[in-house]
Amino acid sequence: MRCDLKKKSSILKSLRTGLLIAISIIVFAYAFQVTNVNFETTRSEVRITQLTRVLRALAKPELVQYDTTEEEISTPFYLPCPDTGEIEEIEKNTDEAYIQTSVICASPKESITVEGFNMAANIKGPINFLAASGVKRQLANFETNNEGYFSVDVVIPTRQPVAEAQYITATIRTTTGLPKWTDTAKATWYKIIETVFIALLATTIGTAASIPISFIAARNLMKDSTSTPTSTALNIIGFPIGAYLGYIFSKWIIDLLSPFEKNVFVTLIGLIISGLIAYFSIRKGLPSEDIKKPTTSVKFQRFAFIFIAGVMTILSIILFGEFTKLTGKELENVLGPFSFLGYALFQIGDITLMLVPAITAIAFGGVVVSLFNKVGLSLQDNLNTKILKIINVVISTIAGAILFALVMAVINWFYQFNNQRISLYYPVLIGGFAGFILAAIAKPKHPLPTGFIIYTITRTILNALRSIEPLVMAIIAVIWVGIGPFAGSLALALHTIAALAKLYSEQVESIDDGPLEAIHATGANKLQTIVYAVIPQIVPPYISFTMYRWDINVRMSTIIGFVGGGGIGFLLQQNINLLSYRAASVQMLAIAIVVASMDYISSKIRERIV
Amino acid sequence: MLEIKNLTKVYEGNVQALDNVSFNVQPGEFLAVIGLSGSGKSTLLRCINRLVEPTNGEVIWDGVDITKAGPDELRRIRRQIGMIFQHFNLVERSKVLTNVLAGRLGYTNPAMSLVNRFSKNDVDMAYKQLERVGITDQANKRADELSGGQQQRVSIARAMMQNPKIILADEPVASLDPVLAHSIMQYLEKINKEDGVTIICSLHFLDLVHRYANRAIALNAGVLMFDGAPKEIDDVKFKEIYGKEAERVG
Ligand SMILES: Nc1ncnc2c1ncn2[C@@H]1O[C@H](COP(=O)(O)OP(=O)(O)OP(=O)(O)O)[C@@H](O)[C@H]1O
Ligand SMILES: [Mg+2]
Repeated sequence: MRCDLKKKSSILKSLRTGLLIAISIIVFAYAFQVTNVNFETTRSEVRITQLTRVLRALAKPELVQYDTTEEEISTPFYLPCPDTGEIEEIEKNTDEAYIQTSVICASPKESITVEGFNMAANIKGPINFLAASGVKRQLANFETNNEGYFSVDVVIPTRQPVAEAQYITATIRTTTGLPKWTDTAKATWYKIIETVFIALLATTIGTAASIPISFIAARNLMKDSTSTPTSTALNIIGFPIGAYLGYIFSKWIIDLLSPFEKNVFVTLIGLIISGLIAYFSIRKGLPSEDIKKPTTSVKFQRFAFIFIAGVMTILSIILFGEFTKLTGKELENVLGPFSFLGYALFQIGDITLMLVPAITAIAFGGVVVSLFNKVGLSLQDNLNTKILKIINVVISTIAGAILFALVMAVINWFYQFNNQRISLYYPVLIGGFAGFILAAIAKPKHPLPTGFIIYTITRTILNALRSIEPLVMAIIAVIWVGIGPFAGSLALALHTIAALAKLYSEQVESIDDGPLEAIHATGANKLQTIVYAVIPQIVPPYISFTMYRWDINVRMSTIIGFVGGGGIGFLLQQNINLLSYRAASVQMLAIAIVVASMDYISSKIRERIV
Repeated sequence: MLEIKNLTKVYEGNVQALDNVSFNVQPGEFLAVIGLSGSGKSTLLRCINRLVEPTNGEVIWDGVDITKAGPDELRRIRRQIGMIFQHFNLVERSKVLTNVLAGRLGYTNPAMSLVNRFSKNDVDMAYKQLERVGITDQANKRADELSGGQQQRVSIARAMMQNPKIILADEPVASLDPVLAHSIMQYLEKINKEDGVTIICSLHFLDLVHRYANRAIALNAGVLMFDGAPKEIDDVKFKEIYGKEAERVG
């Protein structure tokens, strides 16, 4: 019986193996068809000649050129032979270089021999027929031997009969002076610099942005953050309200400042004053040590100072933006060759001003959230379960309604329903209902894993972003900001953020959490724990991943030009389309050199650090 | 005074690490916590400063229930409770001095400490604590360049930076050789005697318990089996604590 079973199973096994083999054969056979595998084309004569030509062109990158001088040596020739009389021979100076035809006249399509004497050794050039009309027609190429002699058979072209002498000429090109870079080489140099800078900007911006994100996307830092249902619901209500208020506030301040925005001195003085006020109110509001539990009035005082500091900081950020913009513009005019410094300054100011509403919105949102959090906690501590539950039900109904309305607003932006019922009423109703049900079911004091939820959402967004190829992102960026390196930098920066944030957060997840626990036990808060226990542990891997990403970005930026993202790819594509393979070869060479040297440098740096 | 009342911890997956544990600790005591591996010693210590959230029960210190403290309150409580770990838990890539200063984080303003700014007082204090454990000359080395015994001394200095009223030591000498073990225990004894810091210390070796502790509690599978002077642990008690097959060594 047992033996039977064994046999059966071994038959089954071999059957299965056979089936697997059959399936894989079918899969690969299909793959051949789908990918158009056809080796006959690789042997076709036409294609091989083409390939040879292109490869030879590629092997000769058009890097340098010489100044050339042309000297034409000619001999008279009659086409056709005159009907009457002799043709007078011209005496040639046989000391100099001269050419001689085997006959002095001939009919079209006749073959004659052209000889050259006393020429420079081993030079090449064309032999032309110079018609009376002035039109040149190349007949052949000559190449002199060591004695400066050549002899070439040429066929006389068909031309209108002309009585007087026409000419057969040999053109001698001699190069003079030092080799010079070709225009292609110059353009390539310019574009390769652009390429490297695209990679540099994308990597720096991407790194800066992905470091904070990586902490949010790290499971071990987030999993312990919980908040009560009350606080969670209050946060969902509070953040949008705060953000909206912040947005309005920043617009209001910017409007308020608009009369002064053209005056450098006013903005500078304003910047200094508001900066100082901000600094001192921070010092007042955040004493360097808090030994005792603060009383309510002290707390209130501190809050007032921090509020002033916050407003002043926003003000000084705006003024900083205005000031750098103004000075940047000025400097651009006066700095001459260094005007790019002014340009950069102007752009920094512009970016700052662009970001102010967003920063303010987030900051206000954060303030409202932390206030609401405190309210939530004190509600939680001071109310009994029943009343707390009622409050929870009410606020989470509101929170659900707001959340769904906001999500739907985003969806509506894409799909433009043009229907208030779909875009507003239904989501509010459904969200409110969901919030109601959740709050009704949940225990009012049971903490929710907010940290884990935020972690999951961040990870999901990062994964989605990462799956979009940088080339696709570049296409969208080109639509947004136009063809050029800026579009490429944007696309690469975005992809860098997604990719690095994930790599970084995995590093954070793999750190030793003993020190984390120890620092936490001293009474340090979350941020302090990150600064003192997490960051020291992740510096080496972060640097190493940044270098790795820099490497990828250099590679990517060389081809991002194919879709209009600036950099050398643009030139390369153009030359390939124009079939100028010798020019394309220059760009390929440049790419190879840059990629290889970046590769080398980054691996050296990584070696040093890890 | 520290009162532990009906403390219970059930980890995920229904692991009962602590089962209704109650005991008191008087100020200035040197309390040893003993028990087999997995009996819940670390869990007990971590429940006191809430590195582990207790499932049930109360930890009352000076009339305040730590288990119910809000975030700000907890921060203020934690900074008065130093903690020492078996594996030192130093930030290895940071300087010794920075590691010691980190003990001050509960007192410094979060915004200031973010930019690595400690007051001059704190830095002076850090040197003083390093001097007390005899490694002032190592202050500017990286923590991972130090030997195990030195690292544990750094972590004592870090705990002392907190001006602690209590120190929780979770097997502080388990990864050190016997000679170093005694030297570390002597530092703890000194802190206990000179500064009057209450010490709750889990230990594996009974001779250390007899030598340093003035009281001991024992856990077995999360249940409190013994509470009394170390010398009261006779053979019967010993078998209760460590199981029937256990043999006394040393
Ligand atoms: N994070 C955790 N999740 C789940 N179970 C845990 C966790 N930490 C500890 N445990 C379990 O709780 C029980 C008590 O563990 P604890 O670490 O407190 O014991 P211990 O007495 O300190 O042991 P040791 O002497 O080995 O350090 C053990 O059964 C352990 O497996
Ligand atoms: Mg333990």
